[in-house]
Amino acid sequence: MPRTAGTARTLTYLTLMAVAFFSALPLYYSVVVASRDNSALAEVPPPLLPGGNLVANITRVFDTVPFALALLNSVLVAGSIAISVMLFSTLAGFAFAKLRFRGSKALLLLTVATMMVPTQLGIIPLYLLMVKLEWTGSMYALIVPALTNAFGVFFMTQYLSRALPTELLEAGRVDGCSTWGLFWHVVIPVARPAAAVLGMLTFMSAWNDYFWPLVVLTPENPTVQVALSTLAAGYVSDYALSLTGTALGTLPLVIVFALLGKQVIGGIMQGAVKG
Amino acid sequence: MATRAPDNLAATPSLPPVRHRPRAYRRHLVHRLDVKVSPYAYVAPFFLLFCAFGLFPLAYTAWVSLHEWTLLSDVHEFVGLDNFVTLLGDDYFWNATFNTLSIGVLSTVPQLLLAIWLAHLLNRPLRTQTLFRVTLLLPNVTSVVAVVVIFSQLFGRDYGLINWVLSWFGVGVIDWNAGTATSHVAISVMIMWRWTGYNALIFLAAMQAVPRELYEAATIDGAGGMTQLRKITVPVIRPTIIFVVITSTIGAMQILAEPLLFGTYSPTGGPDRQYQTLSLFIYENFVKLDFGYASAVSWMMFLFIVVIAAVNYLLTRRTRGNLT
Repeated sequence: MPRTAGTARTLTYLTLMAVAFFSALPLYYSVVVASRDNSALAEVPPPLLPGGNLVANITRVFDTVPFALALLNSVLVAGSIAISVMLFSTLAGFAFAKLRFRGSKALLLLTVATMMVPTQLGIIPLYLLMVKLEWTGSMYALIVPALTNAFGVFFMTQYLSRALPTELLEAGRVDGCSTWGLFWHVVIPVARPAAAVLGMLTFMSAWNDYFWPLVVLTPENPTVQVALSTLAAGYVSDYALSLTGTALGTLPLVIVFALLGKQVIGGIMQGAVKG
Repeated sequence: MATRAPDNLAATPSLPPVRHRPRAYRRHLVHRLDVKVSPYAYVAPFFLLFCAFGLFPLAYTAWVSLHEWTLLSDVHEFVGLDNFVTLLGDDYFWNATFNTLSIGVLSTVPQLLLAIWLAHLLNRPLRTQTLFRVTLLLPNVTSVVAVVVIFSQLFGRDYGLINWVLSWFGVGVIDWNAGTATSHVAISVMIMWRWTGYNALIFLAAMQAVPRELYEAATIDGAGGMTQLRKITVPVIRPTIIFVVITSTIGAMQILAEPLLFGTYSPTGGPDRQYQTLSLFIYENFVKLDFGYASAVSWMMFLFIVVIAAVNYLLTRRTRGNLT
């Protein structure tokens, strides 16, 4: 029995290490390609180590597409969406978790149900709407529809109903706090850790969003993902160029994630159990 | 009160003290109003935005689908169900439906089985637990665009890493992009790479809530790891499995970026439409500015999603403990 347990343990580690290897390999390989020139990529044992061509490739990326503008746009879009989702989700989560009002159960259920609605199917009228509002080609078209989302509301509701002591709110009421006062002085301090995780998750998904930006933006004023797809589309065989762009657009996020990964994962798993 | 009361006081200091009672009454009224109404104000932003940018477009799609509607002309002729009739006789539509189902099954089924197994492996005390979890989620942090660009290189016919590795085993050169089956496999691999770790973490979260004693009792009875997974874990976390199966199905039905970029930006999904999915078919008609037809496809797709999600729900519910 002890020996089989030991073997099983080793097997578990080996399997997990293999999975971790395959998870990281494509990202590593993109760095390899990004630091080579194209002739090196046409050799038959493909290069497996980074080369010295990274800086030249980066310069080419910035010459080919408006990449600096794309980075700025993406930071602006993902940043404003993240802040707004954090605020509105905490507000709604507070109401659903701790305030009593008629129809709150039904409304919460409705919120969860909206997560199942494939909104991608409404993309054509959404585009028509943006034409009417004259927001096509502008970052408003990305930011405004994403200012809130059902996942965030649900996530904060779950967190606050567990983490926010009702006695604390009652004490605040006795001291003459209005509901807004309670939100400001009691709820926000308690909600901060979960809201931070939500903000990061939102930032990531907004940063990586592709289809809607592709539909509504122009290549002249892109986000990072739109710029990357322009690179990949226009220069089919120029893998060094398109993978350099990919590495530039992905690695900042990957590094932030690697540093704060523990919290993000905690957040995903917390949100999951209730699902 | 903290915000409103000072305003009231500041506005009324010169008034005679006789007004004291009405003011108390007004404070009471403000308080009641605050308690009754403010919760609605707090949840309103979400519902307003969802109605404007989620629900309205979806409903309006139905209206557009009944018209000959292009962006080129301001006249939108009402054509009834004509778009749907054309659709049902359109080979490209059925081709896209087949591709969507094929890629959906190829990417979802192995992915979820693998995810459950991985979660099972992670659901025990391990050193470097956090490191494993972070690496597992790394692909999910990578954007779709990046995934497809990277994998297009890996799946390259002449200089791709994958063909090179396969050649060690005597496999000839595979043109992944050209064939129907090979392109579906390649696209499914991209999807699996991006989502397996994420789903494994969701399963893991559910597994951690399973009472330890169940496993201890099973171990005493001599049940091995696989038996424990099948007889204890899967039945207990069934609600989570149903949830993941349904969200994955909805996601798989909407696959778009992978085939679009794998076909280097062409909305036909390869020269022979060998990997054009339904979403991509909608996008193709959108690019052609044929909004009426594209909306009709959207509604058919919505129908498919509802049906398939319902079937999956019933299947996962019925299999009870016998999943895996």
